[in-house]
Amino acid sequence: MKILVTAKRVEDPESKIKVKPDGSGIVQEGLKYKINPFDEIGVEEGLRLAAKHGGEVVVVSIGGKEVQEQLRHALAMGAHRAVWVNHTGTLDQLALAGLLQKVAEKEKPDMVILGKQSIDDDQNQVGQYLAEFLGWSQATFASKVESLESEQEKNKVPALQVGADGKTVRVVREVDNGLATLECALPAVVTTDLRLNLPRYASLPGIMKAKSKPIEELTPEKLGVDVTPKIQVLKMSSPPPRKAGIKVPDVATLVDKLRNEAKAV
Amino acid sequence: MDFELPESHRALKASLKDFCERKVKPYAREWDKDEKFPMEVVRELGQLGVLGMLVAEEYGGAAMDSLAVAVAVEEIARHDGSLALTVASHNGLGTSHIRVFGNDAQKRKYLPKLASGEWLGAWGLTEPGSGSDASGLKTTAVRKGDKWILNGAKMFITQGTVGHVFVVLALTTPEKRQKGITAFILEKGLPGFSQRPIHGKLGMRSSDTAELILEGVEVPDSQRLGELDHGFIDTLKILDKGRITIGALAVGLGRGAMEESVRYARERTAFGQPIAEFQGLRWMFADMKTEIDAARLLVHRSAWMADSGQPYTQAASMAKLFASEAAMRACNKAVQIHGGYGYTREFPVERYLRDAKLCEIGEGTSEIQRSIIAREIFKG
Ligand SMILES: Cc1cc2nc3c(=O)[nH]c(=O)nc-3n(C[C@H](O)[C@H](O)[C@H](O)COP(=O)(O)OP(=O)(O)OC[C@H]3O[C@@H](n4cnc5c(N)ncnc54)[C@H](O)[C@@H]3O)c2cc1C
Ligand SMILES: Cc1cc2nc3c(=O)[nH]c(=O)nc-3n(C[C@H](O)[C@H](O)[C@H](O)COP(=O)(O)OP(=O)(O)OC[C@H]3O[C@@H](n4cnc5c(N)ncnc54)[C@H](O)[C@@H]3O)c2cc1C
Repeated sequence: MKILVTAKRVEDPESKIKVKPDGSGIVQEGLKYKINPFDEIGVEEGLRLAAKHGGEVVVVSIGGKEVQEQLRHALAMGAHRAVWVNHTGTLDQLALAGLLQKVAEKEKPDMVILGKQSIDDDQNQVGQYLAEFLGWSQATFASKVESLESEQEKNKVPALQVGADGKTVRVVREVDNGLATLECALPAVVTTDLRLNLPRYASLPGIMKAKSKPIEELTPEKLGVDVTPKIQVLKMSSPPPRKAGIKVPDVATLVDKLRNEAKAV
Repeated sequence: MDFELPESHRALKASLKDFCERKVKPYAREWDKDEKFPMEVVRELGQLGVLGMLVAEEYGGAAMDSLAVAVAVEEIARHDGSLALTVASHNGLGTSHIRVFGNDAQKRKYLPKLASGEWLGAWGLTEPGSGSDASGLKTTAVRKGDKWILNGAKMFITQGTVGHVFVVLALTTPEKRQKGITAFILEKGLPGFSQRPIHGKLGMRSSDTAELILEGVEVPDSQRLGELDHGFIDTLKILDKGRITIGALAVGLGRGAMEESVRYARERTAFGQPIAEFQGLRWMFADMKTEIDAARLLVHRSAWMADSGQPYTQAASMAKLFASEAAMRACNKAVQIHGGYGYTREFPVERYLRDAKLCEIGEGTSEIQRSIIAREIFKG
């Protein structure tokens, strides 16, 4: 089977994010970047499925030259080849989904795996748009029944279960009140949640092999997608600084404050 | 001129950073306290390819370069000097001696298992009576037909008990002294070959150190490594590269000491302000940062010289000398900045200080490094 997985470049959550004084965006200098953690989980799940059923994992990233670093990371984890949609400048979720649609139509995968959201803008939209554009079934927030410390996890059993005939995929989804299980016809779009798997570390031989794996370059023009943003970010601002807490001497005072000041109980 | 690491080296650094934060950092203190060799984590490093960094692909290695080893060892030493010493000595000494000077049969037999970490490698040069004066070794190998009989003892051998493959230097033509020394590959379990673990080290406590005892150990001539009587000359080449790695280890420890101190100094208050505000401490931070960066530049330069085929003996000694001493200064300051808390196991900086001391001793003491640097200055 063929699996297409996204690998977005995002700010490393460990770096200090500062909003520019004029509110036009965030300060880029000194920032570190990595692959969106949800996408990394997607790459891992794709690799496990390909190991079980045979086939190929193709990673795709959209952005300037620098996103090749995230593609190489996914290739070092074991993905077979990469597609890079070369575009600088902002893209909204509709444009991203439009580009991915064209890549999917070109690659014809059995499954597209995306992160449920990317940790920069936290939009949680691209997977859903993409499924709609392609007219495929979708399962968002794919999760796992067992814990991430389980034997299954240690044995790297895929959480997404492909049917014996290779025509369906069973997906456990994390929803507000627990877990829901869906069976989708393939091809399908799946988005990953945090508890789907623990991604592997890129091995050193993997890193070396990644150097010679192919990265195909595409552009919005070549794909025939109009990426003019329909959404515009007007202003960014930092959240107000949190006020310092207070210490209370005992539980009785705490309960009293919760009841009479915070009116929480 | 470009000071940016190549992309593959950045990827290696990122991968090991994540690995160490999850699998090493939370446990290093316990390992140190209990002198526990973390076999499981070492095996995982093997699966990641960290134990075969310099080994060619055909033998299951990652086929990387000395700069990659330096980057990896720094990243591991950031959290655990002992584990970094395991990785450094396995890659740089035992495995490298076979990789560089072994014949095809030896490479086929040993390198794949050393690269995967199934077997750990050790390297025995030092003896109870000879360390700096390494060519003064007394272990002998006497030829008997197609066999060699080895007798003697080796001291302070890293991976001495957990290792499976031992490269051991012995006198084969005693009257020729350093031109009469040959290397042999021994495997654990040979009759007459025993190991005595050494406990109670000041630092590097979860690195495995042992004395090797050779009492009539018999090996066929096929276990001879490299040319007859050429062992000591080969050894010097192995040590040159090893020194770059010990320099990287020191950089990792010094960096760790600094990063921990920055965090501590921001949080700890005295006289109504964070101690990070006191000029007396700020100057310490300035020195730490400057010296650690300078040390890393020396280490990376010597690795680059080695990787690009230039003579690097002097550069490697300079890198090891400066990095080890800079790390000692940084770790000492880190304990000072932590005040009374720095003097306890609650904070890792006292461990870094104890670990860093080894860098001034192992693979050639600082005095020996100075001798080498000066010898190179006045050469020719
Ligand atoms: C934790 C640990 C791990 C080790 N791992 C290994 C290993 O895996 N394999 C291995 O073979 N060895 C290993 N060693 C041994 C290490 O390489 C030696 O300890 C080191 O080379 C110093 O030798 P020595 O201890 O005999 O000290 P000595 O050589 O006795 O030195 C004592 C002092 O005299 C000084 N000195 C000696 N000669 C001179 C001189 N010419 N000029 C000025 N000063 C001089 C030294 O600098 C030192 O200060 C390890 C040691 C330790 C502590
Ligand atoms: C083994 C041991 C035994 C001890 N025994 C006793 C005992 O019997 N009785 C007792 O009362 N205490 C005892 N102490 C405590 C000891 O006196 C304190 O640890 C010491 O005074 C330092 O205080 P601190 O640890 O709070 O460090 P801090 O005061 O937090 O200092 C942290 C760092 O900030 C620096 N710093 C702080 N203020 C300034 C400034 N104004 N300008 C520049 N730098 C500054 C310090 O020099 C240090 O480097 C003991 C400590 C130890 C480790």
